[in-house]
Amino acid sequence: MVMADPNEEGRFGEFGGRFVPETLIPACEELEAAFREAWHDQAFVEEFHQILTDFGGRPSALTECYRLSEQLGVRVLLKREDLNHTGSHKINNVIGQALLARRMGKTRLVAETGAGQHGVATATAAALLDMECKVYMGEVDMARQELNVFRMQLLGAEVESVSSGSKTLKDAVNEALRDWVATVENTHYCLGSVMGPHPYPWMVRTFHHIIGDEAHEQCLSLMQRVPDVVVACVGGGSNAAGIFSGFANTDARLVGVEPAGGAAVGRGVPGVVHGMISYLMQDEDGQVQEAESISAGLDYPGVGPEHAYLASIGRAEYPSVTDEEVVKAFQRLSRTEGIIPALESAHALAWVIREAASLQGQVVLLNLSGRGDKDVDQMMDVLGPGKDQ
Amino acid sequence: MSSSSKFGRMEGFLRDRRDSGSKLLVAYITGGYEGWEAAVEAAAAGGADAIEIGIPFSDPVMDGPVIQKASQAALDAGASPGSVLSAVPNLDTGVPHAVMTYYNLAHHAGHERFAATLANSAIDAAILPDLPLVESGPWREAAAVAGIETIMLAAPTTPEERLPELCEASKGFVYAVGLLGVTGERANLASTAIEIAGRCKQVTDKPVLTGVGIGSPEQAVEACSIADGVIIGSAVVRRLLEGGGAEGVGELVASYRNALDAG
Ligand SMILES: Cc1ncc(COP(=O)(O)O)c(C=O)c1O
Repeated sequence: MVMADPNEEGRFGEFGGRFVPETLIPACEELEAAFREAWHDQAFVEEFHQILTDFGGRPSALTECYRLSEQLGVRVLLKREDLNHTGSHKINNVIGQALLARRMGKTRLVAETGAGQHGVATATAAALLDMECKVYMGEVDMARQELNVFRMQLLGAEVESVSSGSKTLKDAVNEALRDWVATVENTHYCLGSVMGPHPYPWMVRTFHHIIGDEAHEQCLSLMQRVPDVVVACVGGGSNAAGIFSGFANTDARLVGVEPAGGAAVGRGVPGVVHGMISYLMQDEDGQVQEAESISAGLDYPGVGPEHAYLASIGRAEYPSVTDEEVVKAFQRLSRTEGIIPALESAHALAWVIREAASLQGQVVLLNLSGRGDKDVDQMMDVLGPGKDQ
Repeated sequence: MSSSSKFGRMEGFLRDRRDSGSKLLVAYITGGYEGWEAAVEAAAAGGADAIEIGIPFSDPVMDGPVIQKASQAALDAGASPGSVLSAVPNLDTGVPHAVMTYYNLAHHAGHERFAATLANSAIDAAILPDLPLVESGPWREAAAVAGIETIMLAAPTTPEERLPELCEASKGFVYAVGLLGVTGERANLASTAIEIAGRCKQVTDKPVLTGVGIGSPEQAVEACSIADGVIIGSAVVRRLLEGGGAEGVGELVASYRNALDAG
């Protein structure tokens, strides 16, 4: 079975593991045990689903893109994670982890964030469950996602600017890890993607599995079959892992789209950072390189280990698209379907548009991981208000 | 009999000094930072029993602001594993050398190649703080073949049942992490510093040195009420960052040496 549990060492094939300071090893073990136990506890699972329904707004819709499909000659279906509370798929994972943290007796959440979506979701869960919350965010990202910084603050979280290294997501993860090393006794690190030390990649994917499950069912009731292609953008890879997991054991082609400036899988060199062995952008000495993408949420030089594994066994493919293609896709979905996508999600669409000729007549299920409200400000700079869009 | 024949160079050297009644002092200096070579020699002359040389890494998750800053400055100045290591054989210290860096540099080079490079660069031991015991087997094996001692870190959170295995795996000395947190000086010695050193001492006869959070000679003396010695890092590097140069480093190390010798 593809996308089964990792092995005892937390590996998917050769990828994954637990490369963190000794200080954090007991916390990772405790988290793994708590997660295994909670996920077998029906009451926990029910509360998780209840909150995602009543608070999160699940199930998210499946939207048929009539106009775009006609233009492209490809039947495009959108899984509308943008309609979730807080505006992206991130809420699924965060509700799961916050409930788990509370169950473990932790009173404080720390998180890293790139685009701010995971930070907003974590701040939201902390408010909901009455927990303390601190979010680390790169200086560069704080500038380009100002709106989300204020949202987090409104929700009662403390946002700390990170000015080391690339001043983006990679360094926000470092800073969150440093916090956790010092506060592990009362704090849970609410990691935002399918990355980090075991059990995070597996646990985060499990909390997002609901995306794939719902979409699978929705596709069956809509067309009595699964789509030909399932496509999602990949930063760390959580929204992709969520939707892939609903189709991994079908014939559907799985496509994860990376930004050209952060193509960790595309380059295919394994490395170790942030607790895991996975594909990682690095120089000839093994220094981690800085990613460069228009979208803060994908501006990450690594990728979750399960994606590295899926790529290595050929079950999924990971092409990349340029910032320019992304901006065009962002505008096109807005115009043709009345949906402003997150810049991250626009990567998946950019690939569909580019590959349309080879996808003629096929059904493509696209995970619309988030909405574009947070990006409007940045796009105004790129496109210019009043310019002909 | 000298213990140096039975153990690696680092462990033999430190055991001998400990067994002769001395408290051990290890100084950390960020390789590649302006003036680091003279600082290493000054630290040895000031009375350090071994030197830890940092190879700067892009993502130093176990380091606090001071060492992060020095690492970044070194990287910005073009420091690389090659440039740092090739300079070590020319350093006149008379004491063993460990490198302290992060695992990806070893992983990327390949374990055998990285270990051989260390061995050929007058390095005796390696500290990789993001490589915990559970993931360390393959590296430790390759390192041992090349004659490199891998120093393992024992944390305040390390459970009782894992500590003997961890101390057994550790070569050179056992690095007792003094507190929950990253490198950096603290106003007071954490209670965990005494605790973890004591727990290590109960399960091993290897030298046990406490590091992370030692910020004054007084704290060093306090830590050595249990531990065999201390590692000072941020305090030393801060001297460099503040422009104290090799002379400042030498004086600082000597102040720790004198305090430890006076007990
Ligand atoms: C809307 C949206 N999609 C995707 C991502 C990338 O994360 P992942 O690859 O884990 O889904 C982010 C991250 O911030 C995001 O906000």
